[in-house]
Amino acid sequence: MEQTYAIELHNITKRFGSVVANDKVSLSLRKGEILCVLGENGSGKTTLVNMISGIYYPEEGKITVDGREVKIRSPKDSLDLGIGMVHQHFKLVDILTAAENIILGLPGRQKLNMKQVNADISALAEKYGFELDPRQKIYEMSVSQKQTVEIVKMLYRGARILILDEPTAVLTPQEADRLFEVLRNMKKDGCSIILITHKLHEVLAVSDRVSILRKGHYIDTVNTADATVASLTEMMVGTKVDLNIDRPEPKNRVKRLELTDVTCTTKDGIHSLDHASLTVYGGEILGIAGIAGSGQKELLEAIAGLEPVTEGSITFYPDTEAARTESVRIDNLDVAKIRELGVRLAFVPEDRLGMGLVGAMDMTDNMMLRSYRRGRSEFLDRRTPGKLAQQVKDQLEIVTPSISAPVGRMSGGNVQKVLVGREIAQHPKVLMVAYPTRGIDINSSYTIYHLLNEQKERGIAVICVIEDLDVLMELCDRIAVLCGGQITGVVDGRTAKKDELGVLMTKHVVHRPAAPENSGQTDAEAGMASADGAGTVDKPADGAGKADAQTGRTSADGAGTVDKPADEAGKADAQTGSISADGAGQTDRKNDISGRGGRAK
Amino acid sequence: MKKEPFLRMSKRESISLWKEALIYFVAILLALIVCAGVIYALVQMNPIDVYKAIFDGALGSKRRIWITVRDTLTLLCIGVGLAPAFRMRFWNIGAEGQILVGGVAAAALMINLADKIPNVLLILLMLAAAAAAGIVWGLIPAFFKAYWKTNETLFTLMLNYVAMQVVTYCIIFWENPKGSNSVGIINQATRAGWLPEMFGNDYFWNIVIVVLLTVVMYIYLRYSKGGYEVAVVGESERTARYAGINVKKVMLRTMAISGAICGIAGFIAVSGSGHTISTSTANGRGFTAIIVAWLARFNTFAMVLIAFGIIFMEKGAIQIASQYGLNESASDVLLGIILFFILGAEFFVRYKIEPGRHRQQE
Repeated sequence: MEQTYAIELHNITKRFGSVVANDKVSLSLRKGEILCVLGENGSGKTTLVNMISGIYYPEEGKITVDGREVKIRSPKDSLDLGIGMVHQHFKLVDILTAAENIILGLPGRQKLNMKQVNADISALAEKYGFELDPRQKIYEMSVSQKQTVEIVKMLYRGARILILDEPTAVLTPQEADRLFEVLRNMKKDGCSIILITHKLHEVLAVSDRVSILRKGHYIDTVNTADATVASLTEMMVGTKVDLNIDRPEPKNRVKRLELTDVTCTTKDGIHSLDHASLTVYGGEILGIAGIAGSGQKELLEAIAGLEPVTEGSITFYPDTEAARTESVRIDNLDVAKIRELGVRLAFVPEDRLGMGLVGAMDMTDNMMLRSYRRGRSEFLDRRTPGKLAQQVKDQLEIVTPSISAPVGRMSGGNVQKVLVGREIAQHPKVLMVAYPTRGIDINSSYTIYHLLNEQKERGIAVICVIEDLDVLMELCDRIAVLCGGQITGVVDGRTAKKDELGVLMTKHVVHRPAAPENSGQTDAEAGMASADGAGTVDKPADGAGKADAQTGRTSADGAGTVDKPADEAGKADAQTGSISADGAGQTDRKNDISGRGGRAK
Repeated sequence: MKKEPFLRMSKRESISLWKEALIYFVAILLALIVCAGVIYALVQMNPIDVYKAIFDGALGSKRRIWITVRDTLTLLCIGVGLAPAFRMRFWNIGAEGQILVGGVAAAALMINLADKIPNVLLILLMLAAAAAAGIVWGLIPAFFKAYWKTNETLFTLMLNYVAMQVVTYCIIFWENPKGSNSVGIINQATRAGWLPEMFGNDYFWNIVIVVLLTVVMYIYLRYSKGGYEVAVVGESERTARYAGINVKKVMLRTMAISGAICGIAGFIAVSGSGHTISTSTANGRGFTAIIVAWLARFNTFAMVLIAFGIIFMEKGAIQIASQYGLNESASDVLLGIILFFILGAEFFVRYKIEPGRHRQQE
């Protein structure tokens, strides 16, 4: 046997009811390689690795680890075999520290030597190039730090085979690059890694081989060196796909919405949206970029009338031809009031089945969700929404047994089509969409981009929050970037550069005078106590610190073309450097790199 | 090497109606077999005889049939009252209390206004007062939940005990005869405030009221805008807010409706069947009705069947308890066994169980 495999799957089949999630899938992971499992949402990637990690048990087929056949019945079995999985949704206890989370549930002596544990974890992190403070509490961490904890947790528990489920979905481009670097270090050390993703450029950047799944079937495994974006897409989708999104020039741009210093405050007094000012025009697509949780949700919900605005105003301008004086304030009005004022806002929220639709109801009942009040009668009119449901189903080619089947049973793409179809049918003046193509297959995604363009050409103001920067830069006329609830910049979609957006995504404008240098925690507390509108300082400042380190690096590597990012980084540094919310070790590193960034400038 | 899992469980995509019916049928059959076993183990009696006695107890004579019908109606009425609350996922465990305050309000008018105003007016007033008392009892927890997000389960449950104390307190004033610590049959001679006999039937008006409520509630939940709002709020409050529904208003309105109907159930218990008031006027039916509402999945017509089934078993169990000298608790044991199986059948309707791979191959 010349080649030893870390894991081999032979003809694995898993069914859920009548749905075959994996149909005779075979897969092999070589020792010391990074294998990408590529496939569209719903192609069975996550199901497949869940069988390796002991969440599901396959109906047919066998799994071998290091050449021995094994039965994996629980996550513990899986870990005993040296397999560690990092799930899409982190499984961490917020109020515990990183180290406490890492050792949680491990056997050990009665008396816990936390000092030793912390030291061990720090050593492990250093070995692979992670940045991790074992004493930091989870709730103080950014998403990427939490992910680091998850990975270190698996390594600490002796995993030599690591499975990561869509790890970059929540990261900025810079953070993703750092993750890949760490993964390469781990590979050098002999770890084997399975990376699940549907982002092609990541596959090409980091993996050794790619296995492609489509609709539960295993398609092929190719060497990454021989693959291209086009060839991978074709294997993933099954047909050739035109990956270009149109971007017609905006016509008749008219001011439609104006946000002035809009601020939303959470119960804890944190500004989830912080003095955001933005003008939205009819006839263009405005993209919103930002790391997950930077205030995108609050921005859209504040406009939609679902989030109270504590400061600032939102003004709607009804029409160009009519008198301009008719503008209406819509902040702090509820959804029903806004509609009564004749302001037609359509909103496709992020949480489709938890907010936009009722999963247990059929298409007809969902169609009337926003319009059931029409008419004086106390009884529901199901005929009009029924017709609309049929029309939406035919036009958007929604796959469902009938319009009276519960929408919760449909696939993600079809659910989204129902929702988008309903919102567009309201003939809105402003259309807001949050993550319109998350979890949706490529063909449906393009249908939806096409629909957005159609709305734009009809003169509707389209606001869309999309996490994929590549799509954002192809689709949008302008891109506003959010960071820590603030709008850190609005750039032209046609000329925007990825690293420029990346910098804006982690740049934080600090509103308060610089505090003396301090450790992360106490600084955060000081920020809360000072109550000068800088409550969010802790996390964003932290993020800014990191961004700094990263942009510093890119600017140092790149030639003269990345002039601007370096400049930005320098500025961000000037603002955050003095309040440094990071641990001591990291501060050092940061200063060092920002120094380099300064030189590049 | 580890073994394969022995059984596997998976969610059903859908289930045909006859298959669902079959599962429930098997569940009831199994329940009866287990009951037979329990009966035999305890008193060594022939289970067939016992089942005959159960049937006898529920439907053995004209009088027994009407008592079964009467109690089915009361239980159905409470179930209908709970339906909108549970449809809204408002865990109204307080039907018991809402019945009692409804009953107290009705009894108060019955005692104090007897022979002072015309009987028809008295009955209408009693009906209104019972509904109003139920509304108050339903609105209190709804208000606290809507504005301060208190837990409605605990709140409604605790209000049951408050209602019970209110009844105990009132009994002190209404004792008849003095010192008996009970109210006795109210207006036995004049029958003032009793739902009158119609077409030679004592329970005619009970049937009219409950059937009316059942039909109206069915239409309300299925075809009205209000019912649609209840369903949306029940599925997700966020969706409701997104749809422009005033969640607080819907919550208060729905609990007012729920409380009112449970209050009316109290009125029926006092005016239409018991003609007295005591702490056991509700007699746990406020809890049993929760099972009725859930099993019927808020379809009020399906509730008719379920309510009848439960009362049938209850009456039968009381019969065997007295016929074979078992005490009352024996009937509770049997009813408990039956409900256990019916509720357990729910699991098999939603999931299917298959043997593991090895057993399939062998």
